[in-house]
Amino acid sequence: MSTRSTHRLPAHRRLTLALAAPVAALILSLAVASIALVLSGSNPFPAYGRMFSYGFELETLVDMVNRATPLYLSAVAVAIGFRMNLFNIGVEGQYILASIIAAQVAAELSLPAPLHLVVIILVGMATGSVWALIAGVLKVTRGIHEVISTIMLNAISISLVVAMLFRQWDVPDESLNQETAEIPPSGRMPDLNGFVELFTREIGKGRVLWGFVIVAIIIGILYWIYVARTRPGYDLRASGINPLAAEASGVSPKRTIIVAMALSGAVGGLVGLPEVLGRDYAYGLQFTQNLGFAGIAVALLGQNHPGGIAIGALVFGFLDSAAPILDVHGDAPQEIVEIMKGIIIFAAVITYVVVQRRRQDEEARAASLAMGSGEPDPPAEASSDAAESDTRPAT
Amino acid sequence: MTLSSETTPGDDAPKSWQPFERFAGRPSWYPRPTDTPQDRQFQRRLRFAVIAVVGVALLALTEQFARPATDQLANSTTWSIALAYAVPILMPAMGGIFSERAGVVNIGLEGMLILGTWFGAYGALEFGPWWGMLIGAAGGAVGGLLHAIATVSFGVDHIISGAAILVMAPGITRFLSDKIFQGRPGGGITQSPRVEDVASFSIPFLAGGAGTADALGRIEGWDWFWISDAAGILRGFLWQVSWLTLIAYATVPVSVWLLWRTSWGLRLRSCGEHPIAADSLGVDVYRYKYYGVVLSGAFAGYGGAFLVIELTGIYREGQTAGRGFIGLATTIFGNWRPVGAALGGLLFGFTDTLQLRDRSAVHGLLLMVVLALGLMALVFLIRRRYRAAAGLAVAAGGFAVWHYATETVPKQFPQALPYITVLLVLLFYTSKLRMPAADGMRYRRGQQQ
Repeated sequence: MSTRSTHRLPAHRRLTLALAAPVAALILSLAVASIALVLSGSNPFPAYGRMFSYGFELETLVDMVNRATPLYLSAVAVAIGFRMNLFNIGVEGQYILASIIAAQVAAELSLPAPLHLVVIILVGMATGSVWALIAGVLKVTRGIHEVISTIMLNAISISLVVAMLFRQWDVPDESLNQETAEIPPSGRMPDLNGFVELFTREIGKGRVLWGFVIVAIIIGILYWIYVARTRPGYDLRASGINPLAAEASGVSPKRTIIVAMALSGAVGGLVGLPEVLGRDYAYGLQFTQNLGFAGIAVALLGQNHPGGIAIGALVFGFLDSAAPILDVHGDAPQEIVEIMKGIIIFAAVITYVVVQRRRQDEEARAASLAMGSGEPDPPAEASSDAAESDTRPAT
Repeated sequence: MTLSSETTPGDDAPKSWQPFERFAGRPSWYPRPTDTPQDRQFQRRLRFAVIAVVGVALLALTEQFARPATDQLANSTTWSIALAYAVPILMPAMGGIFSERAGVVNIGLEGMLILGTWFGAYGALEFGPWWGMLIGAAGGAVGGLLHAIATVSFGVDHIISGAAILVMAPGITRFLSDKIFQGRPGGGITQSPRVEDVASFSIPFLAGGAGTADALGRIEGWDWFWISDAAGILRGFLWQVSWLTLIAYATVPVSVWLLWRTSWGLRLRSCGEHPIAADSLGVDVYRYKYYGVVLSGAFAGYGGAFLVIELTGIYREGQTAGRGFIGLATTIFGNWRPVGAALGGLLFGFTDTLQLRDRSAVHGLLLMVVLALGLMALVFLIRRRYRAAAGLAVAAGGFAVWHYATETVPKQFPQALPYITVLLVLLFYTSKLRMPAADGMRYRRGQQQ
């Protein structure tokens, strides 16, 4: 995908290029959203103003972090696959299945507080991992593309979950309150309100900052260490960038696929737990779906980088948590933020591609200049004629 | 995106040209495959015929065993509904074929299907059902256009752009519902007012249309093994067929003709097989990719509008229920060919229908799974693929135990069944599937390799 040229551009130029994509994406999506707002008969600027002032109230910020936590986990799960060129679009099924099984196990176990929580989390990770491994094994042994097998597994897991919910309690299908048994207090994730209130005022409106954000941060750090600082992580990235070269240097592609799917599924198994352990204390019909697909979008926005994903997840969380104010003031239906999200993704991926091509061109130009004149590091603008000659970036 | 991460040929696939060894594993009476295109086409037709005959026999046999619990498996009403329920899966699958034959992977089909449902409902409300279908298809095509702009003009990764459409489509429809359906009688943020349907008709003489004789209906009543069942299924296809269904199925032969019998189709497919070669021969690769992807969106949009106008009579949020994804799988399952996609779509439509009708039929379905797995095991045994045969036999035994040990199955089983079937088919036949060679490639104009 990306060709890393040996010749680096000056630092300020690299920074400009790196920032160009997200900034352009944001401007574009604001522009499109403004058009939609104008079309629906309201003035965009006061609407944005209200969104911002409402969005930065403490309670809304808590909500934003709560929404960003599962998104972040989902995006990291997807990103682990992306690093290996695997499209794990099965995070959706993995987290739904993992959540119901973890909730079920949690309700039936009775253990002391910290251990109980750890067991629940491990059960969730193991379930997600096993479910993802099915796709990994199918790919390795029979060459079935993971996009297809995970689509199938998503559908199977969703019907499995529904079957489990309905069979176990044996109630008529029309009944609305389908839930697993309640998780005892020892298995609940403590909230972080006390910690936040040390620094700010009291959190009102009954909002609670879920403790699971700590787990998400830990996962993020582990992901960064794994990918950037360990040998297996290096193998993973190498196989993703150039599978043939990686195999030639002794990386087994099959093993890497299995490891990547297992890890991706393990993180995917955590996505639903913030809700289960922090809010509902059971798995029920109010459980949020579609986080797996949203995770793909956030992973793309963050370019698979743990920090970038965090920013992406927070931006999406902010849009979600600040949107209801639009409805309150009658500016626009809050679903306008879904459109904004889509535009942000489109604009981001398109500008990333354009910027990347631009950078490759500039790097190639700088490199050819350096070779032509024999100087180590000439300014990029020196003579553009020589640069046009014969260097094309490899694609 | 490639289907296989590596080639895993089956036991009987030739590694090089070894004219005699190639058939060593097969019994002497097994038809010898040859390599001329005519022979291959003949074999394909033969295979479809065998699938049809064996499939009907399986249904008939299951019905015999499962009586009196159910007699709905090969019944004309069931199949008439199945035919209609297959359309919202067949249409995105056809879309997938056009897009992927042009070399663009389209996982945004579900999003385009959703756009089709909303625009179909809107068109039907404002201008009547026929306009609804057209506007629904146009809505889907706009989604396709967006995908084409991102993937073809800007060279964005196909999966990424598809995922963006998946995220965006429900947001757009919800926004539009709030603006337009909200406040109308019966309408709201998640649903539209009821929309009207188009007329349906029965074929004269065969299915009793226009007051004539109902030949197939009569044969169905005779209750002869296989013959009556075949008549029942056939009658399901001819009895009270909606024009909209007919148009949907007509796209299958039309697409075959377009893609394999016209120069337009040859050019489109060449973009999916080897865009660089196509470019060197003067094909405007970008333009043909645009054709493929926009058409793909239009197909999905038609499927969505069909779901609203023909099947449910109302737009409701979330009513597509992943049919776009199943359509995408059907594209692959049908080996990127329209007829294969139609068969796959019918399989999904049939199981969709059964769960709507009665639960005892679903229990009978278990028996059909047993028979089908047993048959597959037998085929593999004859082909001397013993491990596969043993695995299938064990699976068949497991389902048999399940069938005889229980009275009912969870209602969700038929929901999961088609997906399990697809996984099984891919598991055993993945080496026979061949995707367009440059499917998923991010082609840039003028690139050298």
